[in-house]
Amino acid sequence: MAERSFAKEVQKLRAGKGDEFHGEGILAVTKALLQSGVAYVGGYQGSPVSHLMDVLADSQEILDELGVHFEANGSEATAAAMLSASINYPLRGAVTWKSTVGTNVASDALSNLASAGVMGGTVIILGEDYGEGASIMQERSHAFAMKSQMWLINPRPNLPKMVNMLEKSFELSEASNTPLFFQMRIRACHLQGQFTAKDNKKPAFSVKDALENPNREADKIILPPFTFLHEKMKIEKRWPAAVKFIKEHKLNEIFDGSENDVGLILEGGLYNVVIRSLQLIGLADTMGITKIPLYVMNVTYPLIDDDLTNFAKDKKAVLIIEEGQPNYIEQALHKIFNDAALKCSISGKGTLPLYGEYTGQAMNAGIKKFLKSYRPDLLKSDLLESAFPPAREFSVTPKDLDKAIPMRPPGLCTGCPERPFFAAIKMLEKEYGEVHISADIGCNSFGTLPPFKIGNTIMGYGLGAASSSAFSSVRSNRSISIMGDGGFWHNGLTSGIASAVYNNNDNVFIIVDNGYAAATGGQYIPSSAQTLKDNETKATIQDAVKGVGVKWVRTIRSYAIEEVRDLVREAMTSPYYGPKIIIVEGECMLNKQRREKPIVKSRIKTGKREIKERFYVDSATCSGDHACIRLSGCPSLTIKPNPNILHSDPVAYIDNTCVGCGLCGENAHASVLCPSFSRADLIFNPSLWDKIKHSVRQSVIQYLQKRKDAKRAEITL
Amino acid sequence: MTDLKKTSSLEGKNASKEKNSCAKAPLFTKNRPLTIVISALGGQGGGVLTNWIVSLAKQKQYFAQATSVPGVAQRTGATIYYLEIFPKAEGANYDNPPIMALMPTLGDVDLVVASELMEAGRAVQREYVTPGKTTLITSNHRVYSISEKMHMGDGRGDSDTVLKAALEASKTLISFDMEKLSNKTGCMISSVLFGSIAGANILPFSREDFENAIRVEGKMVDINLKGFGAGFNAAQKNIITDIFKPVKTAASIAGNANHPQSKKIIEEINQLPLSARELAYAGCKSLLDFQDISYAEEYISILKEYSKIRNSSEHIIKELSRSLALWMAFDDVIKVSDLKIRAKRTADYRNEVKAQEGQIVQMIEFMHPRLEEIIGIMPVKMARFAQKSKLFSKFLGLFTGAKKYDSSKLFPFLMLYFIASLKGMRRKTLRYYEEKQLIDSWLIHVKTACEKDHDLALEIIKCQRIIKGYGETHQRGQDNFKKIMSALGAENITAKNITAKKISALHKAALSDEDSHEFNRLFAAL
Repeated sequence: MAERSFAKEVQKLRAGKGDEFHGEGILAVTKALLQSGVAYVGGYQGSPVSHLMDVLADSQEILDELGVHFEANGSEATAAAMLSASINYPLRGAVTWKSTVGTNVASDALSNLASAGVMGGTVIILGEDYGEGASIMQERSHAFAMKSQMWLINPRPNLPKMVNMLEKSFELSEASNTPLFFQMRIRACHLQGQFTAKDNKKPAFSVKDALENPNREADKIILPPFTFLHEKMKIEKRWPAAVKFIKEHKLNEIFDGSENDVGLILEGGLYNVVIRSLQLIGLADTMGITKIPLYVMNVTYPLIDDDLTNFAKDKKAVLIIEEGQPNYIEQALHKIFNDAALKCSISGKGTLPLYGEYTGQAMNAGIKKFLKSYRPDLLKSDLLESAFPPAREFSVTPKDLDKAIPMRPPGLCTGCPERPFFAAIKMLEKEYGEVHISADIGCNSFGTLPPFKIGNTIMGYGLGAASSSAFSSVRSNRSISIMGDGGFWHNGLTSGIASAVYNNNDNVFIIVDNGYAAATGGQYIPSSAQTLKDNETKATIQDAVKGVGVKWVRTIRSYAIEEVRDLVREAMTSPYYGPKIIIVEGECMLNKQRREKPIVKSRIKTGKREIKERFYVDSATCSGDHACIRLSGCPSLTIKPNPNILHSDPVAYIDNTCVGCGLCGENAHASVLCPSFSRADLIFNPSLWDKIKHSVRQSVIQYLQKRKDAKRAEITL
Repeated sequence: MTDLKKTSSLEGKNASKEKNSCAKAPLFTKNRPLTIVISALGGQGGGVLTNWIVSLAKQKQYFAQATSVPGVAQRTGATIYYLEIFPKAEGANYDNPPIMALMPTLGDVDLVVASELMEAGRAVQREYVTPGKTTLITSNHRVYSISEKMHMGDGRGDSDTVLKAALEASKTLISFDMEKLSNKTGCMISSVLFGSIAGANILPFSREDFENAIRVEGKMVDINLKGFGAGFNAAQKNIITDIFKPVKTAASIAGNANHPQSKKIIEEINQLPLSARELAYAGCKSLLDFQDISYAEEYISILKEYSKIRNSSEHIIKELSRSLALWMAFDDVIKVSDLKIRAKRTADYRNEVKAQEGQIVQMIEFMHPRLEEIIGIMPVKMARFAQKSKLFSKFLGLFTGAKKYDSSKLFPFLMLYFIASLKGMRRKTLRYYEEKQLIDSWLIHVKTACEKDHDLALEIIKCQRIIKGYGETHQRGQDNFKKIMSALGAENITAKNITAKKISALHKAALSDEDSHEFNRLFAAL
């Protein structure tokens, strides 16, 4: 099962009215869903909301009790399409995914959903992967909300507010017949805090009720002329309804301050960092009491024009604080103020950084810059300045420090089955030189980083195969596409493989089958040995590719490194014209260890004979060239100071986290590295025969060893 | 650290810092939660540590907020946790909670905790650590990153510089080897860190409160408490100076000679320049171990000779004692076999793989002898014949290729034992002959160069480092080395255009990439 188990934490979801709930952001959000009487939930994993999917998966029992349907959807598009259940029925539904990538995948279904409109409250929880710690390209989800006329909630990041806003989101969605996004940043997802719980609610209308009373409304189908009607409805009915609801329920908040000729307009998610920045210049306190008035947008789309005009009408200037580009809100604000003929000037990007995360530093500097222009008298104290004494007489300069500190790029885990496969490609590179390789999202993306540096492009999840299409018919060097099993099932089978068959693509496609969506935390996929509900493999990659018409399909065990190398070479040189697929098998080591470690432990405990393997490097014969590391990058294969003072270069060393995957030995053999590698087979609970053999051997060996030692002792220095 | 003066001044500085920190400013004001940054690598228990602090604060009637930013995709990178705590007594309650930030503001961090030295360095680099405010608690052990590990020579980051920066940038620095303590107590490094935080007296909680937090969480309580105690004690002692220990150089080598010949060698070592003695002693020992006492005598007589050549210096002799010893004890099949059959090797091996007392451990050696290596241990004439005869080569080919031997079994052990015993005839082997020729030519180059240009000679000596490894790695190194020597011109004259700087650049390039791209580019430009 998934890398992190929430089996214990999900019990907190049973908390009732008045109970104190302590926990992580994602858990709080799950609790809020249950308090809202949600009827079905789903989504697709990806940081920072992978754990939300894991929480839902681990809450199966509680969800069943409440009659809530849960589904681990095949992709974000699947999840978005599932929301169509709320078009014809008053069903409350929620799904989650990583944004903006997931929203990109889902956007076809989302456009249609938004056009038809919803009857039941429909919420999409977006894990906004932006800023420090993000793993994707930096874009805003804001554009999706605007283009499809869906609302965007961006709550102040503390648990009570987040929970409250999620509950309100369902009401807002229903009041305006519009699906909406509930945006959570990385830190908010991982936020630990507390709030006062309410009772969980069974859905007022369940999926069972819907099936028993089917309802069809022809005008909700996405075909002309209804689509024209939908557009009209969006503008004339749903939008005003949303604005009315937001105003009536005061979803946006105004925090008054004494200095009311200036003000800050901000996205809810940035509230805490704004308060901290004000605090540090003595303009707010920890309780949030502020001297500068704030207009906090817990709903960042749609904007409430007259609220904004009211807030700004007596001010000489406001600073609009929105993160990322383009600055949609700032642009809209200019239009709103212009229409209202306000004299208030607007500062925004330019005063604050044009792009990038608004860290405490950036925010602090931006707010100070703004106040310097309009209220320099307020800038009296600055707590930060005391932390940086004006005369910093450091003997170590920042430049020295940059040189002294090495980068720490991420990499594959200890014993990862993808590593031997990348090592094999690396060895082939020595034969052929480099080839064009299309990489993919997932653990396999780490192949693009040192030490392997394999892969020219990453185009999106499951798009590794498709992204080599342009190179498909040149009869010279074939290009290689790499794709993980997660990406394969997400869309790679159709977008990549089926398309390659149809176009008679001559490239080599490698699918890494590690048995899980491993990069996101080890969730099950159709080719896993089991699913959340059943103990069987639902589909194999081999059947799937053959099913779409691939004729050249080979399967190989990843650790058989020489065979992998030979097979890839065969695929690269084979006279066969057409897509050639190699499925490289090797179970994700994290998952395997999690499953097998306790079993081995208990076998050893009960006296059963067991052999544990791990590797060892002889420091005496290691020459410190580190060729083995350049073919591996395994965290457990590291270096240590050379015990021989004559050598200045550190020697290779295998630490105790080694799981004995065997790659080191295979590498040493396959690329004729050095004689320093040895595999230790530790025998637990040896049999009588083991013991007899051992003692006979040892008596001879130790006798000879002693003889040699004595000889060496004859002359010492 | 070699700069003794600076070491003592650093110590002094820290001592005065400690004094300052005694006069504590109030921790909380209406405007001020306590802020903590924790930087931990995957698997070091940063999450557990964060939970302990949250639960500790909760028990003591404090608001606690924690959040984290995992390293990219949560694999092997560092995760940064950020915590704020604020007393409920300050008028805050659940209906009116304090506003706590989700990320640190530079210059506003009270406590930075790092589980590894370079991560502490990164916290300093990012200016989370500021002199006016921050207590920095870090382990000084290293977890090497891939860029450091994959270097063809020594790519390690500079720990001394990082520690120095940490000391300068922090209000108080607490730094010691927490990994060692965690290994000793069998706990995760997080418990040692938790103990260090308690020992640093920075949070308004007692030792007992801290320990209760571990008990409340209830996982592996005994081991965690042990690690906690170790961290607590170490932090109270504020052990920060052990890293700045000066490298001690013995005035003269005492040795442990038991034979007239070896006693003579010790005497001769002690006539060498001071800074070369330790290396020369290690060199002699390794050559005695590699071959015999007369081989060590040969070595020492070369050092003696070279300490008398024109322009020779302490530096020259120091580098030469290192390089010459390493080269003379080249890695042939005899040496490798000899090292693998020793009792000490078995003991080291068992210790490192954590074998229990008396446990049976099979030692599966991965070998890949090539034809060249087998021919290399034949007497020169026979080897030359083998190189020419197809039939003989074919026969020898049977012994080459990927082999796995369990050296804890009799037959493989005896085979290695037999090869090791060929040591007596080593000086007749082809490999010895070839290495000797290369060494001799290199030594003449050094001498010739030294007469004109001391620094050039030094660089030529250092080039020995390029030749290392086995198989192709060794071949590539040797080829590059030979190229450099050829560029120097004939042995007894040094080409005019060659400078120390150029040789040093070639040396560096030879260790920069496996395909010798950079090396060949520079070489062509000569």
